[in-house]
Amino acid sequence: MIAAEKPRTPAEALEAVVIRFVGDSGDGMQLTGTQFSDTSAMFGNDVATFPNYPSEIRAPQGSLYGVSGFQVHIGSVEISTPGDNVDLLVAMNPAGLKTNLYAVKPGQTIIVDVDSFTKKNLEKAQYKTNPLEDESLSNYRVIQVPMSSLTKEALKNIDGLDQKAITRSKNMFALGMVYWLYSRSPEYTIEFFNKKFKNKPQVIEANTKVLNAGFFYAETIELIPNSYSVSPAKMQSGTYRIIMGNTATAWGFLAAAEKSGLELFLGSYPITPATDILHELVKHKHFGVKAFQAEDEIAGITSAIGASFAGDLAITTTSGPGLALKGEALGLAMMIELPLVVVNVQRGGPSTGLPTKTEQSDLLQAMYGRNGESPVIVIAASTPANCFIYAYQAAKLALEHMTPVVLLTDGYIANGSAPWRIRKVEDLPEIKTRLVKEGKEDWHPYNRDEITLARDWAVPGTPGLEHRVGGLEKDQKSGNVSHVPENHEVMTEIRAEKVKRVQSFIPELIPEFASEGDLLIVGWGGTYGSLHTAAKQLYDEGFRNIGFAHFNYINPLPRNTEEVFKRFKKVIVCELNSGQFASILRMNFSREFLQYDKVQGLPFANTELIEKFKQIVE
Amino acid sequence: METVTANKYTYKDFANDQEVRWCPGCDDYVILRSVQKALPEMGVKKEDVVFISGIGCSSRFPYYMGTYGMHGIHGRAPAIASGVKLANPNLSVWVITGDGDSMAIGGNHFIHVLRRNIDLNIILFNNEIYGLTKGQFSPTSLVGQKTKSSPFGNTQPPFSPGELAIGAQARFFARIGGNAPKEMTDIFIEAEKFKGTSLVEILQNCVIFNDGCYVKYTDKAVREDKQLFVEHGKPMIFGKERNKGLVLNKLKLEVVTIGENGITEEDILVHDAKEQDPTMHQMLVRLEYPLVTGIIRSYNDVTLEEREDALTAQIKAKSEFKKTDDLFFSGEIYEVK
Repeated sequence: MIAAEKPRTPAEALEAVVIRFVGDSGDGMQLTGTQFSDTSAMFGNDVATFPNYPSEIRAPQGSLYGVSGFQVHIGSVEISTPGDNVDLLVAMNPAGLKTNLYAVKPGQTIIVDVDSFTKKNLEKAQYKTNPLEDESLSNYRVIQVPMSSLTKEALKNIDGLDQKAITRSKNMFALGMVYWLYSRSPEYTIEFFNKKFKNKPQVIEANTKVLNAGFFYAETIELIPNSYSVSPAKMQSGTYRIIMGNTATAWGFLAAAEKSGLELFLGSYPITPATDILHELVKHKHFGVKAFQAEDEIAGITSAIGASFAGDLAITTTSGPGLALKGEALGLAMMIELPLVVVNVQRGGPSTGLPTKTEQSDLLQAMYGRNGESPVIVIAASTPANCFIYAYQAAKLALEHMTPVVLLTDGYIANGSAPWRIRKVEDLPEIKTRLVKEGKEDWHPYNRDEITLARDWAVPGTPGLEHRVGGLEKDQKSGNVSHVPENHEVMTEIRAEKVKRVQSFIPELIPEFASEGDLLIVGWGGTYGSLHTAAKQLYDEGFRNIGFAHFNYINPLPRNTEEVFKRFKKVIVCELNSGQFASILRMNFSREFLQYDKVQGLPFANTELIEKFKQIVE
Repeated sequence: METVTANKYTYKDFANDQEVRWCPGCDDYVILRSVQKALPEMGVKKEDVVFISGIGCSSRFPYYMGTYGMHGIHGRAPAIASGVKLANPNLSVWVITGDGDSMAIGGNHFIHVLRRNIDLNIILFNNEIYGLTKGQFSPTSLVGQKTKSSPFGNTQPPFSPGELAIGAQARFFARIGGNAPKEMTDIFIEAEKFKGTSLVEILQNCVIFNDGCYVKYTDKAVREDKQLFVEHGKPMIFGKERNKGLVLNKLKLEVVTIGENGITEEDILVHDAKEQDPTMHQMLVRLEYPLVTGIIRSYNDVTLEEREDALTAQIKAKSEFKKTDDLFFSGEIYEVK
C-alpha cells in the first residue's frame, strides 16, 4: 500500500521549514498537521507545532472565524518555536487563505483546493473577487489543485462511502502532496490508519488511496518545480516522543507520584486551556490516580488540600480566572503548610479575556494574589517538553519544603508540541517526603527541618500524632491557635524564610551566548523558544555582546541572579504582559531594566525581537 | 475502616487540652460532648477520625477535639473533607458546619457533596443566625426576623436544610434539638454506621443573637407535644399522652388523635426511613406541627468511593501500564542515535 517512489530529481536541502495547514473546523487540519509533524519527528527532524482553532466548537462552515489551523516547524537544526512566517500554506478554503495569507513569506508557496473557491465560499470569506483570478496573489507561488474532485475520483471504486466521508478525506490528499514536496514517506501515516481504523478496513483503504493519490499527483504535475529535503537534526541521543505541553505536565506529576511513593490526587474544574491536563490524568486510574472533577474551582483546590492533609500528592489545575477563585484556599494551604501544586496554564486576561490565546499576565497574581503575607514558590515551564520536568520539580519542591507551589505554563506551550527525550523514572532526582510515621512524646505539627524549615507531615491514620491545623495563626511551637502579636510576626517570617531557602535547592542562572557584554535578554516561562531563537540568530550574525538569561524559577529567584545582571551594561526584560516580571526584578535589584512587552494574545515574533535588540546595541 | 472494640476509649480520649471558647450556655457544648461520647461507641480508631470545618462559631469545633482536624475556610469544608475521604477511604471523616457556612457561602459544595454520596458525616449547626460576625440574618433566618443586617425585618425567605438536602439527593438526613444529648449521641452513631453522606441538622440555640428561636419546639415543657421523634419501622406517634399520630389525607399529612373519630394505632403511618422515594421524607421535613426529629431518611445507596474503587480495580486489572515508564515508552516513540 506504500506509495512507490519513482526516481526523482535531487531535492533542494533546507535547514528548516514552516508549514501551516488551514481549513474549516471540520476539515481535519489538526490531524493533518499532527501527522506531518510526527512523520518528520520519526525521520529525525526537530519539530515544534502549534494548533490554532476558533473558540467556537462548530463555527459555521466557510466563515472567517471558523478557520482552524495547525502550524508545523521542522528542521535539521534546533527548533525552538512553531515559527512566525510560513514557507508553505495549505488552504482548504477561501476563508483559510484570507485569514492566513499575512503569514506567508513573499515568494513562498500556497496550495489551495480550487474546488472550494465557489461563489458562496468566496462570499463567506468576504472576497469581492476571486483571489485566484486577480493579481492579489502575484507575490506568491500559488498551486491550484482540484482536491475535492480528485479525492472523489480516487474513491469512486470504493463502495459504501457517503459524500460526507469522501469530502472529509480530502485533507489526506493535501497531506500526500506535502509529503512528496518535503521528501517524506507516507508510510507512517498509513500505519497510523491501520491502527486507528483497525475494524474499518474500508476507511483504511479510502484514506490510504487518497493519501497516495495526493503524493502521486504532486509528483506528476509540473506545477511543483522541485521538492525539498530537511535532514535529520542533531539531537541528544535517546528515545523520543512528540509530546504536548499539557500532557507533559500531567506526566511529570505521574512520575513524581511514583518516585515519592504517594498516590496522585487531582482536584480540578474544566477551564481553557488547562483542561487537557484533567483529560490526561483521568485516563490513568491504572496508576491509582484520583482525578476528581469538582463542582467549581474552589472545590478543585480545597479537595486537593484535603487530599494533601490525608497524605496524597495533591494538585489542582486551572487558568487565570480559576486561580483568582482559588486564591483564598491557596492562602490556607500556605498557612497550614501542606504540599500542593497549583498549575496555572495562563491565557489572555483580564476577566474572561482571550481564553484560547496565550499571555503571561498572571505572574503577579501567582506571586501576590492572596490576602495577608502569603509567599509561595512560583516556577514556570518554558517549552512543551520541559513542562514534564517542571511539573516534577513543582511536586518535589512542594513535598520537600511543605508548601504550595504555583507552576505557570501558558496556552502557547501547553497546546504546542515538541520532541521529548523520554525520562525514565529511575533517572529522575529523588523525592524525600516529610512524612512522619510515629511521634515522640513532645512531637508537634510545627516541628521543622533545620535547613529547609519544612514542617513534619503527619497524616490521619498515624497513631499518636493526632493534631489540628487551620487558617488561624498558630503558636510556633505547639501548633495551637495563637493570637500573640510577637508569635504572629515570627510565624510570618518563618513562612517567608522557608520559601526563600528554596534558593539553595534550585539551579543557578546560566546565561546563553554572551556571558557578559552590552545587553542581556531576559525572559521567563513560555517565551523561551522565541527569545532563544532571536538571541541565537543575533549570535550567529556576529553579535557576541548579547547574552540571554531565561528564568524558570521566579520565587525564589536563582541565587546568582544579581551577579549575572551585573555583567551586562543593559538588561531588557521581555514578557507577554505589561512588565510584571520587570517589576519583580526592580523590587529585588536596584538597577535599570528595559522592557519589551507584548499584550496581543500572541507569542513574540522573531522579527520584532531582532529589530528591538539590534536597536539597543547598535 | 479498621475497627476496634467499642468502648476501648472514653469521651476523654476525644477531647484535648484546649480551652473551649464558645459563649456560656451555647448548645455547641452539648454537641461537642455528644460527639465525644458517641465516638467511643463507634468502634473506630482514634487516629482514623478526622474533623473538618469551615468558618463560623461551630467551625472552631475541630480545635477542641483530640483527633486529626482542619479548620478550613468559609463554606469549603465539604470539599476539603471529600478530598480527605477520597485520598484515604479508611478514615472516618466528619464535617462541622453552620447554616451560613453550608447554605450561603458554601451552598454549592453542600449540594454537590450530598449528590455524590461520599461516606462523610456532616453535622449542621443551624441557629438561624450569623453568630461569629455578630448577628446578621442567615439563609435559614425567618422572614420578618430582625437582625443586625435586617433591622426592619428579614425579607429573604429561608431554606429548610432538610428540604434542600433531600432535594440534593441526601440519602441520610436526621434532625434533633440542641438540648437533646442522648438522642443526638445515638444519631451520630447511626450516621457513622451509614455508608454514604449523612447529614445531621442540630437545632442549635444561639444564646446571644437568636436566643429561644427553637423554644416552641425544644423546650422541655412542650417538646413531647410539638415534636415527633421518628424511628424506622415504628408508627409515627407523639404527644405527652402518646395519642397523636400522622395519617395521610389525600396528598397531605394530617395529625389525628388516637381514640377519636374511630382512629386506632393501626391507622397511624409507620416510618420507613429506608425508602428510596423521598416523597414522604420531604413531607416529614416540611411539617411544622409536629416538628419531625430523629432519622427521617436513611436510604442505602452506592457511595462514590465504591464506584471509584470498582472502576479502578477493573481498569488496573485490564491495563498494560504497571509503571509510568510503561506509559512513557508506549505508542509512537523513536530513537535518536
